[in-house]
Amino acid sequence: SSNEYKLNFKKSKEACLSYIQDALLQKQWKRAAEFLTCYVESLEKDYSREHIGPSEMIWRIGTEILWHHSQSRMKEFNCFMEQMKTLGVKRYLKVCLEHVFHLLCNGQIDEAYQNLSLAESWRFGEQTAIQDKEIKLIQAYRGLLDYCSWSKQKKILLEHGEDGFADLAVEQEMHGYFRKAAVNLKEIIKIPGVWDVFVKCYVDLLEFYGEHNEARQVLNEYAYNSKFPANPNAHVYLYQFLKRQGESKKSLISALKILHDIVPSHELMIDFNTMLQKSKKRKKRQLGLEVIFAALDYAGWKENAKAWSCLARQVKQIVISEKHLDWIKQEWNSRKDWWPDFHFSRYLAKRNWQENKSLSYEKALVAGILLGKDCKYFKYVSHQGCKTRVKRFRMLKKFVTRHNPVYLRISG
Amino acid sequence: RDFNERCAQCSEVNWGLTDGGRFYCRSCHNVTERTREVVNTDFITNSRVQTISKRLKKEGKNDGGCEWYICEGFQLVLKKQVEALEALGVCPQMKDEILCNFWRCYLQKSKQAYCKRPAGETVKALSVCESSTDVDSDPERPSLLHLLSLSESEGDLQTDCSFASSVSKVSESTSVYSGSVDGSLYLMKNQKEKLRMTMPMTLSFCYLALLWVREPITLSELLRFVVEGHIPYMNVFQHFPEKMKLCGLDLKIFCVESWPLYEEVFNKMHELAAFLDLPRFPDITESCFLHPDMLCMKYLMEANLPDELHNWTCRVVKKIGIGEVDFLTLMPGNKSTRKVKYDVLAAAVIVVVLKLLFLLDDHYEWLLSEFAEERNKNNTEVCMFYSGGPYFEFRKWYEVVKHSLDVEQKKLDEEKAKYLWRCEKPLFYSVKNKSKVLKRRQMVVNLQNQFGKLSGSVQRAEKPNPSSFQLSWSEENTDGSCFHGHSLKGVLQEKCGLLTTMNPDYWLCTVKLCNEKLCGHLAHYREVEFPQSYHFVLGLFSFLLRIQPSYIHDEVCMIEHRLFNKKLCKKLKYNTVLRK
Repeated sequence: SSNEYKLNFKKSKEACLSYIQDALLQKQWKRAAEFLTCYVESLEKDYSREHIGPSEMIWRIGTEILWHHSQSRMKEFNCFMEQMKTLGVKRYLKVCLEHVFHLLCNGQIDEAYQNLSLAESWRFGEQTAIQDKEIKLIQAYRGLLDYCSWSKQKKILLEHGEDGFADLAVEQEMHGYFRKAAVNLKEIIKIPGVWDVFVKCYVDLLEFYGEHNEARQVLNEYAYNSKFPANPNAHVYLYQFLKRQGESKKSLISALKILHDIVPSHELMIDFNTMLQKSKKRKKRQLGLEVIFAALDYAGWKENAKAWSCLARQVKQIVISEKHLDWIKQEWNSRKDWWPDFHFSRYLAKRNWQENKSLSYEKALVAGILLGKDCKYFKYVSHQGCKTRVKRFRMLKKFVTRHNPVYLRISG
Repeated sequence: RDFNERCAQCSEVNWGLTDGGRFYCRSCHNVTERTREVVNTDFITNSRVQTISKRLKKEGKNDGGCEWYICEGFQLVLKKQVEALEALGVCPQMKDEILCNFWRCYLQKSKQAYCKRPAGETVKALSVCESSTDVDSDPERPSLLHLLSLSESEGDLQTDCSFASSVSKVSESTSVYSGSVDGSLYLMKNQKEKLRMTMPMTLSFCYLALLWVREPITLSELLRFVVEGHIPYMNVFQHFPEKMKLCGLDLKIFCVESWPLYEEVFNKMHELAAFLDLPRFPDITESCFLHPDMLCMKYLMEANLPDELHNWTCRVVKKIGIGEVDFLTLMPGNKSTRKVKYDVLAAAVIVVVLKLLFLLDDHYEWLLSEFAEERNKNNTEVCMFYSGGPYFEFRKWYEVVKHSLDVEQKKLDEEKAKYLWRCEKPLFYSVKNKSKVLKRRQMVVNLQNQFGKLSGSVQRAEKPNPSSFQLSWSEENTDGSCFHGHSLKGVLQEKCGLLTTMNPDYWLCTVKLCNEKLCGHLAHYREVEFPQSYHFVLGLFSFLLRIQPSYIHDEVCMIEHRLFNKKLCKKLKYNTVLRK
């Protein structure tokens, strides 16, 4: 019907929004502001049936524009945020939080703290109960800022301590911040979620005051409670804590095992492999091999000399001992179709040689064992290496040549 | 007309106007000697239209408001509109004689004024000051939601519901249905009989008057001037006097939030003409602006097409008889003649002529263009000067016009997105949400200021002066972007002493016309089914006239069927390509 073509308020504003969107995506802040000026009168119309109403649109778009526009000042920004807070009761706390984030980005820590305190004390009938989660977040961030203050005091205290001064006032303040921070941080990490920064800070506090058991409990909860979303960082924090505490290799390994499962390409895999290689248990050593192979599957590791040296070391050790070649065979089975092109092409040989001789050395060793002395990579690197008359390359050539039959058994 | 004298014969006050401009009594057909000119014409300045009931100025009780009726509001709207038209150069008779007479006639016919109140009808007025503690107890009173749904203006259901519920929860004495006396009654009236007045209909009134005076302005131009802001429409109510308080249901009637469509205004205009029992309108002759020959000339210029095409449009017009006075002149109430859309018709004629000359099948026109290009290359300038302009090249024309069209269309799209619908005057349904509305308005103004400053040097440009031409091409441009003087030599040939087209073929837009009364259209236009060139040409005129291409397509179909009528009757069913 012809009514589809009627230009009405709603369609006009929809078109306006799409122009704003285009302008924002192209970072044309002036143009976005121009169209937003035309859009704001949507506030006078009721959109309560729409999913996202104009007040939320204006808040989000306006924030972006004011944040990026060259002529916009913090003062105007703050003024705008205050207006947005009055626009929607249901959104009040969210707006407060976002405002706080922007203040922090701008380095206005004190203002941020003030806003957080103000928001915390907000009450609005049943809304207070409904927006319970937001309140917790606000309290958590206030706790975070308290932690920052605590940190500062601690630093001052330690410096004074060196000079021999015992500054009671500073110490008192520091403890005060600790109490305030701990209370709020403890609360938020009870709720399932991703709270990396809160957890780290809380654990830092606990460790300082010697509450190691509590810290361990917190980290265990964070890493192993199934209600919490899977978070690799949780395991990293736990591992780092255990390491600081001087825990046994066994517990360190068990902490990293899950990390390997979730993120095989994590940078801690090198530490993991190193630990596993040294283990007396056969299974652990095999796991080590698995771990390092898995890490090198990822493009980000291609030029990681350390990782290659781990792999090279382990492979060399296995070949020399002539035991457990089947481990290598197993790992190589699923990789023999694509690793040669991925890691051991002639182009890479040239490039690695040019850029990083150690890298090419380690890789050449692995290539020589897995693909034999006639493979492109090994041939090139070893040839170049021998030309330079560096000792280790001659040793390498000898080693690989001697163990050449191995590759047949592996690839067979 | 303030002609309130009682008839000498029957003592009724029920006057009509004869063709000769004399008053005659409708009840007994007594013709008087009184003519229009004698009648008091300061009707417009006096807003007291009603002679049916005394209006009490209840000052103080309603903070300065007074009782006012919906039709008074519309009268003010019409007044503003016709003043704007006068400012645009329309003759002053339109306001003082034509439009106001039409309006009075309407009031009388719809029994809002100038007549005895039909027996039994009482005005169930709910004005601002009325206390309505018994709102729910009266079973005859239509529910508010029902009234709101009857209104043609769009609104959001949510607002309506919240408004309705806020009113029904009344316990205080200030419930508000409408600021006007008969707002609720107005929405309730039986539409069919009495042709209820709406905002789009004000434009129908204007156009009716313009047509009577045969002003050189088409309906599409009128509507364009409305959108461009030269004629008040969107927020006219802000010019109502202070004491005419607008709230509640009045908003539904006067606050529209969409631009009226051509079809809407056009159809209402014809309904209105019939309703008012108007006689045959003044003749549209060949010298008249609205005649297809004249309009074709204008549109050819605007479309940057060669002047020579005008000969062809005239030929087509003559051949199918659409230049006849009887075809073009409006006869209200005559259901057998097709209602003429002068602008669309002229545009369609041009489209048909282009199809005749260039075929527009995405193939032939480009061939002809190449041919012309060759000729142009070989000719020297002197040669061209003597032989009357270079050969018209379709390709060049397409490129030039498309470029301009795209630029203008882009501008137009941005304008539409930037349009500001609200005005300074706050609108509120009830006194209750007045403060909320005012607060919101304040915030909107603040935000507009804040972001307006950040818009950079882009200031909202002054309203452009109203112009009849949206695209203009100057022959003085040396870049050859004006095609008016170009020659059609390349596409014409002489046969038996007559100039005819080189193109021997023609394709019909549709073989069979639909029944307009059943589905509203003569044909159904879908872009994918037609050649791109045809679509482009439709698009060009669609932009100029600000209507959907399908309307032009309809007219094209109509013209084609008239043109090839005989051949169509004879031809085989599935053959759609005709030889001329």
